[in-house]
Amino acid sequence: MLCIVWDDSIGVEKLPEQSQAIVIYTGWERHALIGSDIRLSCSFFSWRWTSEDVTFSWTYRPDGSRDSISIFHYTGGVAYVDNKGPFRDRLEFVGNPGRRDGSILLKNLDFNDNGTFTCDAKNPPDIVGRPSSVRLLVFEKVPIQAGVITGAIIGVVLGLLVLIVVIYYLMRFLVARRVFSLSVSKHGKKKKEGSQQRQASSLLSFPHIPSSSTSSTSSFSHTLRHMYTSS
Amino acid sequence: MLLILLGVLVLHLIILILLIVSTAASAWTVGGDSSTDLWYKCMTTNGGYHCRPASNADWIQAVQALMILSILFCFFSLIAFLYQLFRLVKGGRFFFTAIFQILASVFVMCAAIIYTVMSPDDGSGAQFGYAYVLAWVAFPLCLVSGLIYIVLRKKE
Repeated sequence: MLCIVWDDSIGVEKLPEQSQAIVIYTGWERHALIGSDIRLSCSFFSWRWTSEDVTFSWTYRPDGSRDSISIFHYTGGVAYVDNKGPFRDRLEFVGNPGRRDGSILLKNLDFNDNGTFTCDAKNPPDIVGRPSSVRLLVFEKVPIQAGVITGAIIGVVLGLLVLIVVIYYLMRFLVARRVFSLSVSKHGKKKKEGSQQRQASSLLSFPHIPSSSTSSTSSFSHTLRHMYTSS
Repeated sequence: MLLILLGVLVLHLIILILLIVSTAASAWTVGGDSSTDLWYKCMTTNGGYHCRPASNADWIQAVQALMILSILFCFFSLIAFLYQLFRLVKGGRFFFTAIFQILASVFVMCAAIIYTVMSPDDGSGAQFGYAYVLAWVAFPLCLVSGLIYIVLRKKE
C-alpha cells in the first residue's frame, strides 16, 4: 500500500508567481502658462488584472538639480500627497487606480516648477518596469511655433500677386469684349472702311476685324484670337 | 544695344546671387565665437561647433519671410524679362520686369531695416556680419535695376 507521509517539520512554501514586465506611460513634455493648472497623466500596461496592492508614486527633479524628491504615493487604497515639499497644498490626486490611471493635478504653476516628473507604478506581482518621465515647461506666454509667421507672410503676398494678375487679365478681357461689341455695332456703318481698321495693336486696342467677315457672330472668337496674337 | 542687354542681364543675375547668399548664409550677426542669423545660432564653445535654431521671435520670422519673398520676386522678374524680351511689341517698356524688381528691392529694404532695429544687443562685441552687409548692398542695386527696366525700351 502506498502511503503519502506529510512531514510538517519541513514545511512547504508557496512559490511566488512569475513576475512580468509592466509598461508605464506618461507624456514626453508638457507646456503650461504660469499660474495655470496642469494634469500630469500616468497609466500603465500590465498582463495581470489590476491588483488591490497597486501603487503609484511620483517624484520630482527640478531643472538643474540632481536630487529627486518624492511628492506623491498611492498605496493600499490611500493617496498620500505632498504636505512638506515644494508642492504642498498644490497637489491633488485625480487618477483612478481601478482603471490604471495615476494622474495628478498641479495647481498655480510657477517658474520654479520647471523640471522632470517621474511616475512609477507597480501592479503586484508585475513589478519589473521602468519609470517614465515627463518634462514640465512653464511659460509666460505660449511661444509661437517657428515658421508660422514666415509662412503666413509669404502665402499672403503670393496670394495677393496671383489675385492681382487674375484681376488684370479679367479686366483686359472684359474691356476688350465691351470694345468689341461697340465696334461691331459700328461695323455696319464702316464696312467700306474696313481696311483702315487694321491698326497696329497696343495692349488695349480695338479688335482686329478682317474685312472679309460679314457675320458678327462667327467672327467673335476669330477676333479674340487675332487680338491676342497681335499684341 | 547688345552690350546694354548683356549688362542689364548680368546685373540682374548678380543681384539674384547676392540675395540668395545673404538669405542662406548664417552670418547676420557675428560675435567673438558665435554667428547668428536668420535661421541658426551657432557657437564654437570649447566642445565643438553647436548650432540650434534661431529664436522664434516674430520679427525674425518677418525678416525670413521678406528675404525669401525678395528672392522670389527677383526670380519672377528675371523670368518676366526673358519673356518680354521675345514677346514685347517694338517700342514697349518692360513694365512687369520693373514692377517685380522694384518690389523685390522694397522687400529687401524692409527686411534689412527690421533686422537693424530689432537685432539683439548682446553686448559681447557682436557686430553685423557679411550677410547683413550683402542685404544692404543688394537693395540699391535692385532699385537701380528696376529703374533701368522702366527706362529701357525694346528697339529694332
